[in-house]
Amino acid sequence: MANGAGAVRGRRASWGRRLVVGIPAAWLLVFFLLPFLIVLRISLLASDGVQLGSLFEQVDGHWRFAGQLQSYALLLQDSLYLSTYGHSLLYAAITTVACLAIGYPFAYFMARAAAGLQPLLLMGVMLPFWTSFLLRVYAWKGLLDAQTGWVGQALVGLGVDRLLFALGMIPADGQLMYSPFSLVLGMVYTYLPFMVLPLYATLSKMDLRLLEAAQDLGATAWQAFWRVTVPLSRSGIAAGAMLVFIPCVGEYVIPELLGGPETLMIGRVLWDEFFANNDWPVAGAVAVVMVLLILLPMALLNRSQEAEAKEARR
Amino acid sequence: MSAPAGDAFLRIDAVTKDFGDFRAVDGVSLDIPRGEIFALLGSSGSGKSTLLRMLAGFETPTEGRILLDGVDLAGRPPYERPVNMMFQSYALFPHLTVWDNVAFGLKRDGVRKDELAERVDGMLRLVQMEPFARRKPHQLSGGQQQRVALARSLVKRPQLLLLDEPLGALDKKLREATQIELVNIIRSIGVTCLIVTHDQEEAMMMASRIAVMSAGRLLQIGAPAEVYENPATRFVADFIGNVNLMDGTLMRAPDGAAEAHCADLVHRLAEPLAGREGRPVTVAVRPEKIRLDAQEPLQMANRVQGVVRAFSYFGDCTMYHLELPSGARLKANVENDERHGELDFALGDAVWASWAPGSQVVLTE
Repeated sequence: MANGAGAVRGRRASWGRRLVVGIPAAWLLVFFLLPFLIVLRISLLASDGVQLGSLFEQVDGHWRFAGQLQSYALLLQDSLYLSTYGHSLLYAAITTVACLAIGYPFAYFMARAAAGLQPLLLMGVMLPFWTSFLLRVYAWKGLLDAQTGWVGQALVGLGVDRLLFALGMIPADGQLMYSPFSLVLGMVYTYLPFMVLPLYATLSKMDLRLLEAAQDLGATAWQAFWRVTVPLSRSGIAAGAMLVFIPCVGEYVIPELLGGPETLMIGRVLWDEFFANNDWPVAGAVAVVMVLLILLPMALLNRSQEAEAKEARR
Repeated sequence: MSAPAGDAFLRIDAVTKDFGDFRAVDGVSLDIPRGEIFALLGSSGSGKSTLLRMLAGFETPTEGRILLDGVDLAGRPPYERPVNMMFQSYALFPHLTVWDNVAFGLKRDGVRKDELAERVDGMLRLVQMEPFARRKPHQLSGGQQQRVALARSLVKRPQLLLLDEPLGALDKKLREATQIELVNIIRSIGVTCLIVTHDQEEAMMMASRIAVMSAGRLLQIGAPAEVYENPATRFVADFIGNVNLMDGTLMRAPDGAAEAHCADLVHRLAEPLAGREGRPVTVAVRPEKIRLDAQEPLQMANRVQGVVRAFSYFGDCTMYHLELPSGARLKANVENDERHGELDFALGDAVWASWAPGSQVVLTE
């Protein structure tokens, strides 16, 4: 009897579990997978600039696959697309590295701050979300102006612009806006919280006695940081990097507002193909390749995490 | 067992530690000779962990000195001390294998590769963890983790080994086997060892001397049997083991012997009165020193009648809780040395408790 009751409870629990898992799964199916398949279908169609062909044609009473890979071939032929993908990945990577370099120390000291101070600091990280994203990005236009913006004046005054020019991040001395620099700055500024939060979550959970154990065994504080803290926060680093890198690759608004002619990114190309050229198959192909480019690092991350979890279970 | 003062290998000299207004350690002095296994016993908040952390270098004494083999450790960071610690619940590095955990300290010292491998392997062999060298800590049982932690803290050949609640994370059955093994390994290496624990059994089983600590002070230092049988203060008597404490006054008996007059009985004492007549004292009697009889044991000088109000059966012995005429409780531990299914006494029985004159300890503090 006790067994029967347990089984009933088990069945009910599994229904509840299915529901909890099922709702987000259905959401992803309807609002992500289906649209993706639609875009994929469009990317395979032929187009005369006005009308789209169909994926299957009836010839002599037989259905025939009429899709074509012409749009994808175009992506390879025209160097514009390849270099734009390259730019998108490059700027996203620079942004991710910069976010990590700024966000890690920030999250570290936040996690080690007095317990009463931590919620306040956490609040500080999230505070920018209270203002419109568009306004915050737009504000940089004024701030970075080398003549009138005080950030721009300070950077030029300190001679940082010459360094940035040497690095190829700005087109000329004193020209901070509409450059790779202003683009990366805007993206770092916008996405920094997405790096800080997962890092903070990992670092605040860390057992501080491990650092004492490391010191007890002869490690200086610096060695203990590199040998213990960093390896143990790897999952936070990976999560933060994904949260920054992925949206940066497809970013449209920030390059539009802060970027320049050299910083053409794939989001802009996508927009142009859809709405300026009206070439939906090519636009679809651009989108599909972008999704694949993003899925690849995610799949790798997933696999390494699965391996880690498997090891943990053993 | 206590060593002459000049022979101290570890000397803790009038060490005090303040955290703001709170004095965690209050003028502690302690000498430990080379090779001794010594235990600091105290409840949480007694300052024992703070003292341990000062030895490891994680805290700096507010006052006083710590000398190891004649060298003052002041100003030396943890990573420069010839001291290693086995942390409470071990603090093994979760991202490193057993082998890399043990090798961690040697790598920091820049030990050559072949020597490093030899020493790590040797240490793993000593703690019988060689077959598990490639495992991660979470794949080990509690006892195995403890042995890895021990190996990690011994592999650098420290001059002083600190153990923080070494058996605390193990279940009772495992503890006994482990403590013997642990002591054997420490003895075989000959390292001087300081154990910090709140568990009196752990302290008494492992250490050759123990110190009882409370409110930042050392109350008593001695061999386990000495501290157990001759507690210096009420606190020590109460802290170590079970004890019955009875308040009374010292008096002279008509025959000249010393007596302690308490609410329920007059204790005949074995020691001389020594002019302390009229002083308030506390008489301490351990439950296992007490005999229970149904009939009044007229030949016993110390006897009192009580009613059984509760008992706890432990298998090898039974602890009876008697209510004395004054309402005070008396605990008596009776060994179950004969095999019969029934207990000697039942709830509500009136029984006589008695003990020999030398069984009590008279405490003035």
